[in-house]
Amino acid sequence: MALNMKEVEHVALLARLSLSDDEKKIFGEQLSSILNYADTLNALATDDVEPLTHVLPAFNVFRVDSIRPSMQQKEMLTNAPLAEEGQYKVPKIM
Amino acid sequence: MSENYETVIGLEVHAELKTQTKIFCSCSTAFGAEPNTQTCPVCAGFPGVLPVLNEKVVELAIKTGLALHSQIPEICKFDRKNYFYPDSPKAYQISQFDMPVCIGGYLDIDVNGEKKRIGITRAHMEEDAGKLVHQGDITTTPFSLVDLNRCGVPLLEIVSEPDLRSSQEARAYMEKLRSILLFAGVSDCKMEEGSLRCDANVSVRPTGQKEFGTRAEIKNLNSFRALERAIEYEVKRQIEALEDGEEIVQETRTWDEEKQLTRSMRSKEEAHDYRYFPEPDLPPLHISRDRVGEIRDEMPEMPEQAQERLVKDYGLPEYDAAILTLTPESLCFLDQCLSHYPDAKMISNWMMGELSRLLNQNNQEISDCKLKPADLVHMLKLIDDGTISGKMGKTVFEEMFSSGKSPVLIIKEKGLVQISDEGTLLPVIEDIIKANPKVVEDYKNGKDKAFGFFIGQIMKSTRGQANPALVNKLLKERLDCL
Repeated sequence: MALNMKEVEHVALLARLSLSDDEKKIFGEQLSSILNYADTLNALATDDVEPLTHVLPAFNVFRVDSIRPSMQQKEMLTNAPLAEEGQYKVPKIM
Repeated sequence: MSENYETVIGLEVHAELKTQTKIFCSCSTAFGAEPNTQTCPVCAGFPGVLPVLNEKVVELAIKTGLALHSQIPEICKFDRKNYFYPDSPKAYQISQFDMPVCIGGYLDIDVNGEKKRIGITRAHMEEDAGKLVHQGDITTTPFSLVDLNRCGVPLLEIVSEPDLRSSQEARAYMEKLRSILLFAGVSDCKMEEGSLRCDANVSVRPTGQKEFGTRAEIKNLNSFRALERAIEYEVKRQIEALEDGEEIVQETRTWDEEKQLTRSMRSKEEAHDYRYFPEPDLPPLHISRDRVGEIRDEMPEMPEQAQERLVKDYGLPEYDAAILTLTPESLCFLDQCLSHYPDAKMISNWMMGELSRLLNQNNQEISDCKLKPADLVHMLKLIDDGTISGKMGKTVFEEMFSSGKSPVLIIKEKGLVQISDEGTLLPVIEDIIKANPKVVEDYKNGKDKAFGFFIGQIMKSTRGQANPALVNKLLKERLDCL
């Protein structure tokens, strides 16, 4: 299943990637090959197989609802490129 | 014009679940902390961290589902909802897509005496996002500040069927849902703190048309009033657009409280595709029927059961019962009164009258007022035995409300005791009759006003403390035997 150019552009927009025409072509081909592999899987007969929601045979992994100390504000903001008044500073959105 | 259209509304309500910690980490959920002091690598979305589900969140979600008559499936799971916005540092929200914790359900609303059943589509668990503060003027500022304290606070999103047909029905639904959540003890429902929020999907269609019209989703509805107003504005806007031959665009709009209008939030070209996929970091849940049974057994009384009890056991009118069961605190107050005083209607009158008036006036909730149920009951008994009049009761009530003092103390301090002793009242009455022979004449000639004049004089000379019923009786006897 090959992706057309419009679909590649749509996926790039969703991922907030700006791609050159050459890149669109390269990534379009790579994505198509991934989808082709999914088609291979789709071709398998799975009528007798239970649907799976997770690859591990685990379920009901819980924590109790009790507070543990959070990290210090200063520590948390160490990684922020910009910070002000104890908050992350980001380019405006609206 | 508007009568040619039918309004169709569905509500998505986000209720913050009442836990100590966040849904996937052990940071506190307390409201009002300094920015970014309740975060950790998990809720701040650092790479490589693993979420671990808070068991309390699942319990409260199931409890809500049972209160809303939902089915609780045996298996549910979490999914990632992908979007870019700085309030979500992971660039995805952990939510539930196709296997939510509650499926179906309903609640009943009452609008203008008419009962209506509103369907619930589903309810799912998810994490809240952070808070964005725009610096200075929102249109010119180049920066926003981000507080991630709210990130990871557990939410239950409750989605209604598009069964609501007016802003009043939407409000009634929201109020009923709030009271159910409060009674179930699953959420604080403090709208002003954002622990109960609502988005409204609103569309209109020509009356009689089967298909729904194109809907707009309105965000930022932080009060019952905003919900009602925003829907009314939006319905008018859509009808006017249709009448002008325009097409309604499916979009997200925000309610502007200051300007009292809805505004478009997102441009059309922006792609709106969340690309949900199963959350690989969280294994699915198997909810055993035993566990559901346990939670069912622990369910407290719900507002409708309480209403039925008040009507059946205490003869309270349905209207009173509905109002007094809006919050568990109000019902608890009433119940505490009822255990010492059987006249539910009398208690209800004071609660819905004076108490509600004073609470509104002081912007208080019943839980933070000083009045104690035992004192209200005591006061009612003092009225019943004639110690004070009903009118004095109001004064006593106001004082109990503001100071929390006992009625006996207030009566003593204010010298409010009612004079119900014939031996004390008779000489007063005699004197006033003697001093006004002309008015006695008028009374004999059938002038009703004359009787009122005497009552007024007697009340004046006893500084309002005379028992009105007794004065009436004694005065009539005296005058009639003259």
